[in-house]
Amino acid sequence: MLKKLICIECPVSCELLIELSDGKVIKIEGHKCDKGQEYAKSEIENPQRIITSTVLAEKLSLKMVPIRSDKPIPKDKVLPAIEAIKEIRIKEPVALGQVIRENFLNLGVNLIATRDVS
Amino acid sequence: MIKRDLVVVGAGPAGMAAAISAYKAGVRDILLLEREQFLGGVLNQCIHTGFGIEYFKEVLTGPEYAGRFIKELKNLPEINLSLRSFVIKLNCDKVLTFLKPGQMEQVKAKAIIMATGCREKTREMVHIAGSRPSGIFSAGLAQKLINIEGVLPGREVVIVGSGDIGLIMARRFTLEGAQVKAIIEIKDRTSGLLRNVIQCVKDYDLPLLFNHKIKRIYGNQRVKKVSLAKVDKNYNEIKDSEFFIDCDTVLISTGLIPENELIEMADIKIKSEDDLNKTSLPGVFVCGNSYKVYDLVDSATKDSQEAGTMAAEYIRSLNA
Ligand SMILES: Cc1cc2nc3c(=O)[nH]c(=O)nc-3n(C[C@H](O)[C@H](O)[C@H](O)COP(=O)(O)OP(=O)(O)OC[C@H]3O[C@@H](n4cnc5c(N)ncnc54)[C@H](O)[C@@H]3O)c2cc1C
Ligand code: SF4
Repeated sequence: MLKKLICIECPVSCELLIELSDGKVIKIEGHKCDKGQEYAKSEIENPQRIITSTVLAEKLSLKMVPIRSDKPIPKDKVLPAIEAIKEIRIKEPVALGQVIRENFLNLGVNLIATRDVS
Repeated sequence: MIKRDLVVVGAGPAGMAAAISAYKAGVRDILLLEREQFLGGVLNQCIHTGFGIEYFKEVLTGPEYAGRFIKELKNLPEINLSLRSFVIKLNCDKVLTFLKPGQMEQVKAKAIIMATGCREKTREMVHIAGSRPSGIFSAGLAQKLINIEGVLPGREVVIVGSGDIGLIMARRFTLEGAQVKAIIEIKDRTSGLLRNVIQCVKDYDLPLLFNHKIKRIYGNQRVKKVSLAKVDKNYNEIKDSEFFIDCDTVLISTGLIPENELIEMADIKIKSEDDLNKTSLPGVFVCGNSYKVYDLVDSATKDSQEAGTMAAEYIRSLNA
């Protein structure tokens, strides 16, 4: 079976042509770099996304602290993860890159702050 | 009046890159003026990933991308930062007037780099008929409200225009629990990046309507509904195609225009695209989104570094 995908790893947006057999990727064409290959495989077999959001700060210089997952998580876990993030509060100053939650929801990723907030 | 070799106006990615590169090219007396309380410009509200892929070969969020330059700036004490400093005037003698809390100051520079970014097109510029209730926002303002102020501006949203900021905001509203009822695009394709169509629209099954236009906004105090219609390839309305969508919020995401009032008031002209960063007045340069609207911050950074080098060369030529 053939499937078309657009690689979303960078703005070039290569159109990938993927040959599948039993749900597994056997051949990929159209990628201008190796990342396209990894993307196609992951998008077919286990689609993943990095999540970004904001967390409410208490008594800090900014009301919201921007955060992200340090690695992508399975796509079907994005909405529950975002809901769980809404419950978090940050009460101490944080630095860009600082881990806010380790192994968040047992997904094997950390949530990190993406900005210094004093 | 204070005197400086180089004054840079605006501390978004463009202004920061220009100031740092001017320093690297030998300028030591630099003043960087920023009206906000923080460095980083519009990147502070762009919490999504998609920055730095070209420049840093890494996938960063807006604040992380800005953070790299903020860190570098803070290690260069020769670049004098002045926050909450709103430039209100520039003249042909290269004198800038700016407001700081409680005072007005003037600075005369040998060279000036303007990096004031861009602003969004408003409803007035895109001509939508109807009443003027609350609940109409530009996409960038909504982004600021959600990501910086922590306020969700509405629950049922129609987005007009499929530019990148609109697409990013469609996903952001969805994740925050609002319902995106439609994204309307008058053309037959998106004006944003394909990657944003996939990860912001398709991932969440949001309705993106091509060849549609918004006709009218209804509502007294607050937006109640909008009317939409199909258009043909010349953007003319197709007869009897009008329909309504209930919503409490309309986002306008129809493009950006360079912010160049100060330069225009001084009667300085920006040169053509192949004369990067130059203006009609030697020693005055423009870079970043105030020079032209960049889709990617990475390219804005690279071009702005050129502006820093050009300013350094100009100052050197005065001293020679
Ligand atoms: C909402 C939005 C989303 C975007 N998403 C992406 C993306 O996903 N990926 C990507 O690569 N690019 C994206 N971009 C583009 C990228 O952010 C811009 O190219 C880049 O930020 C432009 O930088 P700049 O420094 O020219 O402008 P800005 O970041 O706007 O900085 C201008 C600075 O000048 C200051 N200023 C303005 N006027 C004055 C004055 N009179 N006195 C003092 N200071 C002043 C402002 O306060 C601001 O800090 C996005 C842009 C916008 C607007
Ligand atoms: S394959 Fe490589 S070049 Fe093409 S879109 Fe993906 S990351 Fe970009």
